[in-house]
Amino acid sequence: MRESNLVAACCNRCTHAPITPCRDLIRCLSEGPICHHDEGCAQKRKENLAHARRGGAGTLIFVGAGTCGRANGANKVIAEIHAFLKEHAIAAEVVEVGCVGYCQREVFVDIQKVGGPRLSYCDINPGNIGEFLDAVFTQVKPRNRFLFGRHGQAGAEWADVPEVATTPFFKQQVKVVLRNAGLIDPGALDSALAVGAFRAASRAVGSMTPEEVCNEVLASGLRGRGGAGFPTGQKWNIARQTPRAQKYLICNADEGDPGAFMDRAVLESDPFFVLEGMIIAAYAIGASKGYIYCRAEYPLAIERLADAIAQCRRVGLLGNNILGSLFSFDITIKQGAGAFVCGEETAILASIEGGRGMPRPRPPYPAVSGLHGKPTVLNNVETLANVPVIVDRGAEYFQNLGLGKAAGTKVFALSGTIQNTGLVEVPVGVPLKTIIYDIGGGALPGHEIKAVQIGGPSGGCIPREHLDVATDYGTLIELGAMMGSGGMVVMDERTCMVAIARFFMEFIRNESCGKCTPCREGTTRLSEILTSLTERPVGDEEKRLERIRGVLHMRELASTVKEASLCGLGQTAANPVLSTLRFFRDEYEAHVIDQRCPAGECQGLAIYAVDNATCVGCLLCKKACPSNAIVGERKQAHYILVDRCIGCGSCVSACPKHSIHVIQEERAYA
Amino acid sequence: MCDVDQIIAGHEELGKEHLIPLLQEIQAKEGYVSETAMSKVATAVGIPESRVYGVATFYNQFRFIPKGTHVIEVCRGTACHVKQSLKLAQHLTRKLSLKPNGNSPDNKFTVITVACLGACSIAPVIKLDGEFYGHLDVEKLDHLLDEVAQEAKGGSDARK
Repeated sequence: MRESNLVAACCNRCTHAPITPCRDLIRCLSEGPICHHDEGCAQKRKENLAHARRGGAGTLIFVGAGTCGRANGANKVIAEIHAFLKEHAIAAEVVEVGCVGYCQREVFVDIQKVGGPRLSYCDINPGNIGEFLDAVFTQVKPRNRFLFGRHGQAGAEWADVPEVATTPFFKQQVKVVLRNAGLIDPGALDSALAVGAFRAASRAVGSMTPEEVCNEVLASGLRGRGGAGFPTGQKWNIARQTPRAQKYLICNADEGDPGAFMDRAVLESDPFFVLEGMIIAAYAIGASKGYIYCRAEYPLAIERLADAIAQCRRVGLLGNNILGSLFSFDITIKQGAGAFVCGEETAILASIEGGRGMPRPRPPYPAVSGLHGKPTVLNNVETLANVPVIVDRGAEYFQNLGLGKAAGTKVFALSGTIQNTGLVEVPVGVPLKTIIYDIGGGALPGHEIKAVQIGGPSGGCIPREHLDVATDYGTLIELGAMMGSGGMVVMDERTCMVAIARFFMEFIRNESCGKCTPCREGTTRLSEILTSLTERPVGDEEKRLERIRGVLHMRELASTVKEASLCGLGQTAANPVLSTLRFFRDEYEAHVIDQRCPAGECQGLAIYAVDNATCVGCLLCKKACPSNAIVGERKQAHYILVDRCIGCGSCVSACPKHSIHVIQEERAYA
Repeated sequence: MCDVDQIIAGHEELGKEHLIPLLQEIQAKEGYVSETAMSKVATAVGIPESRVYGVATFYNQFRFIPKGTHVIEVCRGTACHVKQSLKLAQHLTRKLSLKPNGNSPDNKFTVITVACLGACSIAPVIKLDGEFYGHLDVEKLDHLLDEVAQEAKGGSDARK
């Protein structure tokens, strides 16, 4: 664990220690010393702060080593850098940072030489790192093909290098939650303190009452960023007003939505601000014990959180009498064991208590009776990361960040068939097309965007015609989607919308906890119906009828699941089906009536044909076919009977001459 | 004293709240949760074995059969689905002749499909022995498997 230089005493007059915490600690770091007057101490504080703000001394090399950076080879890049520095006897410090958000162009390497700006380079991988280091250090050519931009202001000689914040991907973004992501060292408390971490916590704990904190958050208009969008201040007020000696705060980092990864990025890149948000929230509701319920699939996030918590404890930012107040708070990490339903408040509680993660009916709401029957507030990672900003800069500042009536910003995880993938933070209410086209760069070359899936398995698909919709809570719901946790998956003409509905329904069926019947049985049936649509009914008349009957009842069944399910998982489970039915009816019709998949994605409906010119009549495909769909004699060209073919593709793998292909043919069935 | 006993002995308090962390520790150490381990945990925590089994089978994380030498997690999240991860999963099943439990017949590989690895920006993605590999297609996946096979032969760490 790293020692904090900033918090260390300037001289023996400083009395701050975890057991004798100083209430002016955070202010002292920038304006100190406060308890005594000494030019030397003040100078020392200033120097330490400048050092921490810069990230170190001498030449600094920042490497984006979040999960996406690592997947692109960040660890190898770091090893290569160390080897290069050693070989050429260059003195430089390598700092691992999180993800700057532009995952598409990872690995990002920033270089800051003494007296120069922090220059950002991208698209670096283990294959070209040698070339890059050679350009920067040996040839001293900071302007090379990897250069992306510079961070912050710089002198006139750098005017030709664009500022990162003004590049197309970042220009329209407003960074609040991600303000430090990819810039600061997530493993060092000092680098967080240098950019203002714990200033808000110090202010809340030192000079505000819990009621004032709750009201500030309420006035800011912050709504839960995890999906449901409940006003955070209101939730806190309920817990605050419930008189109990023991209360709990839980940070929900069980980001189970496929397609969402903003919480992972925040935890990996900037864990201290989440902890600060938790301290403020706990103070506001009167909780002394906090949990972070984090997915086990995020080992790096867990590692960095555990390290951050230990560092905070060591300097007295967590533990007893935080910053000299009467408020004590500590945090434990709980690893989730993989259950999507544990995104539901009451299911998390059951899981932390050691049982199956099954939800229970509400009320009573957890804010009144939660973990072990005590008042418990559950907030999502992104929600908590917003809290320090609200307390630090005021409710009005936060309120004004959003467009129209909406408040604050929202982080979206942009992925799928789009040019720029990554994390995008924009004011709530920005039109969807701004995110997709201006920031995301639109469709991949040669393709066309068909729809954007928002909100994961609880959300819906918004077709291209509606991309000018504003991304706020209400508008999206009108279109049958929802903000959800902010996953945004772009699809082009190669994605089949029926297959997407089937994909989500299979996911929900697997994740349904099984407690209530509508969800357990309903999602199973919906998934069966959708599966039958993506397959050709072969050999069985009953199957043929079943497909049609299923479709006729699908909407009714979906509505029942929606209305009668116990928790949010079931209540929103039908959204992907209903929204695709609404906007992509033609694709459903093609599947049901023509038994054809317009996107060519549904393997079960694919039409295979033998190329007569190259077929040698070896009978291998005929033997491999599980449904007797291939006819033909030895040494004569074979034929595939489409009505018997189940589209498994076994014949394609079996054919030694590669004569069997999928053909795109419009074929109407009677 | 075997690993499971050691893990149980390492916990000072043993309440119901510690059930999942205990199972997670056992799985981290042994690669899976055996029946013996579950009954030992049940005795230690003081709840029926059926309850332990109920909790363990509820969560996707727990496995009840030993893992192969190499573990491949194939992401089947939305972004990976759109980027054809199903083909990767099918390819692995065929190439490694996976049994329904996800293990290859020689127990060299275990393939697990996971709902989302949270690395959607580099879809389609798999995790091989804890390392992420993104922007994959069938050829790249084959290449990766070849490297693993070579590593096993030569003992050198070709991937690192």
